[in-house]
Amino acid sequence: MNLKTKNPALYYLQRAAFYLLVLVIAFYLLAPFFWAVLTSLRSPGDLFLQPAQFIAAETTFQNYTQVFANPNFQRGLLYSLIVAVGSVLISLLIGSFAAYALGRFRFKGKQIIMYVILAVSVFPQIAVLSGLYTLISALGLYNNPVGLILTYLIFTIPFTVWVLTSFVRDIPGELEEAALVDGASPLQTLFLVLFPVMMPALVTTGLLAFINAWNEYLFALTFTSTNRTVPVVIANYSGATQFDQPWGQIMAASIVVTIPLIILVLVFQRNIVSGLTAGAVKG
Amino acid sequence: MTVNTPPARPTKTRGIEAARAQQAIWLLLPTLIAIALVAGYPLYRTIYFSLFEANLTTPDQRTFIGMGNFWFTTEDGVALGFLQDPKWWGAVKNTLLFTVVSVTLETIFGMIIALVVNSTFKGRGILRTAMLVPWAIPTVVSAQMWSYLYNDTFGLIGRGLLGGQALLANTDSAIWALIAVDVWKTTSFMALLILAGLQSLPSDMYEAADMDGASKWTQFWRLTLPLLRPALLVALVFRSLDALRVFDIMSVMLGNVNAAATSMTGYARQALIDNSLLGYGSAVSVAIFVIIMVIVVIYVTAFRVKFD
Repeated sequence: MNLKTKNPALYYLQRAAFYLLVLVIAFYLLAPFFWAVLTSLRSPGDLFLQPAQFIAAETTFQNYTQVFANPNFQRGLLYSLIVAVGSVLISLLIGSFAAYALGRFRFKGKQIIMYVILAVSVFPQIAVLSGLYTLISALGLYNNPVGLILTYLIFTIPFTVWVLTSFVRDIPGELEEAALVDGASPLQTLFLVLFPVMMPALVTTGLLAFINAWNEYLFALTFTSTNRTVPVVIANYSGATQFDQPWGQIMAASIVVTIPLIILVLVFQRNIVSGLTAGAVKG
Repeated sequence: MTVNTPPARPTKTRGIEAARAQQAIWLLLPTLIAIALVAGYPLYRTIYFSLFEANLTTPDQRTFIGMGNFWFTTEDGVALGFLQDPKWWGAVKNTLLFTVVSVTLETIFGMIIALVVNSTFKGRGILRTAMLVPWAIPTVVSAQMWSYLYNDTFGLIGRGLLGGQALLANTDSAIWALIAVDVWKTTSFMALLILAGLQSLPSDMYEAADMDGASKWTQFWRLTLPLLRPALLVALVFRSLDALRVFDIMSVMLGNVNAAATSMTGYARQALIDNSLLGYGSAVSVAIFVIIMVIVVIYVTAFRVKFD
């Protein structure tokens, strides 16, 4: 503070340097995405232009119309939605049972169960790939979204249980005691008393699990052949001919799957930070 | 603990406790079954298959070969175990390089961004929001975005900065290009976690430090960093484990063949799925599992990370 009066030159130099740093950070974080958006709005012929001309070139939505007309992409969006929503709903339902038990009940072996759940969340997906592949083929679920819903539980369940448990612990006990005194069963207590209180936590956890499921690539690539989810479709996007990469369309498809996530993330900003820290920092 | 002897003072709370314990088991059952089905059983099967020679399409026709997938030399001196394959060791080396460099850079950049966002200035809200953008972008999308930037005929970096050099064409230069992508994508996540840690630090300690005339620099090293240690360590553990099992960006940016030379997971998946070697691929997966578990144990014991 007193630097401003003591040595104004140094003070303003420091401020300038600080704002320069802010600009550099903002540029670093946003420039690649900005360039992708720009590319999605340019016609294929303009991709050859020099950057300045490229920025000034005419805006067109043709990439977007082509992407939405692509049957693989349409199907990808549908399957991604089914798989992500399905695995999130299952995880939230059974995960909240587990979180209620772990956050509110005292019993032997609780510590061990917590550690097992944590271990599953750090364990490499590749370690179960061959086991899951044979299981999925044996169940006849290869190339079936149900197979993906099932396999995604491996990362959505530990995550939801872990985060919800830390939320459940923070709910004041009086609420539940009142319900117990009135003779409510644990499930009644959970659904009628705790769920309404947990709503923000459920939304946050559900959203984070949804993002993870929406982004998953290894299982989706391995356990499906034609019923691809959107990340796999984007990774293997090819145009009318096999010889050139239709970058404009790839960027358009990328923007289409990213925009909903960015909107969700911006709307739920505060919840997301608390959800991430409950899951990671508090542990 | 014995059931036969009647309790001297049958308290009501004990009955409630026992009933609650019983209920807890029922509440946990669906989760435990799901975990056993999608994690426990497949992991057991992977370990089991690692001891056999088998094809992915016909898992029932298998021959027990013990540790042969790991280490086996035929009479003619042909090395068949994956531990004898230089490509595997190349993948290990690249994955470790990728992990160490990208996690280090992410921690440093994440710290800088978090410190900037934590101070008061005009436009702070905007920067905080901008921080979330790379994190919200799906990994496959960011991989494609950067492939385009690196492209030697169209890309801003590949053509503009490097004058038409194909950065992704060979593994040695590609690994650095991939590190740049991972750093861009996940620095935000680090910054978010560090920022959350920074905001929980007590401000009166800084006021006291100011009174004592400690410089900002001293305050950072003597106060911020030690207080931030627990949050920083947990973030480090999670990021390192993520980096060690990386697959997406290699697969998308290099294709599955080169991904096998660049990441351990890519190597395992190529053996398992593309080459249909169920036993061999499982053996590699077991090795990755062991490597990651050893690193978890080292982290947890060396840094005394606490999870509850």
